[in-house]
Amino acid sequence: MDQFVVKVFVRLRPSVLDPAGEATKSASIKLGAEGIKSLRIGKMIEVKIEGNGENEVREKIDLLCDRLFANTVIEDYEYSLEKL
Amino acid sequence: MDNFTVGVVVFPGSNCDRDVSWALEGCLDIRTKYLWHEFSDLSDVDAIVLPGGFSYGDYLRCGAIARFSPLINALDEFVKSGKRVLGICNGFQILTESGFLPGALVANKNLNFICDDVELDIVSSKGGWFNNVDEKQTIKLPIAHGEGRYHCDSDTLKKLVDNELIALRYKNNPNGSSFDIAGITNEKGNVLGLMPHPERACDETIGGTDGLFTLKSLILK
Repeated sequence: MDQFVVKVFVRLRPSVLDPAGEATKSASIKLGAEGIKSLRIGKMIEVKIEGNGENEVREKIDLLCDRLFANTVIEDYEYSLEKL
Repeated sequence: MDNFTVGVVVFPGSNCDRDVSWALEGCLDIRTKYLWHEFSDLSDVDAIVLPGGFSYGDYLRCGAIARFSPLINALDEFVKSGKRVLGICNGFQILTESGFLPGALVANKNLNFICDDVELDIVSSKGGWFNNVDEKQTIKLPIAHGEGRYHCDSDTLKKLVDNELIALRYKNNPNGSSFDIAGITNEKGNVLGLMPHPERACDETIGGTDGLFTLKSLILK
């Protein structure tokens, strides 16, 4: 069995307003940061998982992302995978 | 109707379950039974309410974890049989997360947790959940949510409009919901999800009785 660390990034779709991101953008500007064009907040989920090779692990992660980690009505996801 | 029983689902973190039960039993004389979320035998209840609250602490997304409970798994067959399901607030979020209703509920536009009475237009009479036959009526119900902004894509919105699935619209949209949507039904009309709390408007002494009809309509066949 191989072990992998998977980092899943879940983001609100561009068409969905992110009021928390907007509030944080506003605070960033008040802090004096210049040049911020947009700021959106997402989630990172780190999973340690074992399986027989990368393909099998990807299948499991795809299912988890699609059914649980993200609500694809409002969110997109992507992930990176690193073998331990 | 003497034996008609409404199941009130209790998740870890539900906090309107007792209010719903009180309103049904105390105001309407309808028998209720609490259903712990790990139950999957729904054979002895005739309708189900998914109450408000913060199921599983709203972890990940509101309603996201509740979707995987044995009870929600059993709900599919219950809904297909035509029995009535009412999802209030967090219950509405659970119904969208689990695919019984389209769209999703996200953080209010102004980021505030809004606790207020709101005026609502009854848009559709589908399912008979509201006391309107054909004309539009207005009711007043309390809302209490931080993540009640209804969101769906334009194709879904068109389907909702074309098939008369929009049950309630806010008169003064408090949270930024698409098309002012406060509540929707499924195509058959036996599932209603709404952000306002009808169970908190069942007695004049606590602010109105506009929620009575919706709870009473649980006993419709």
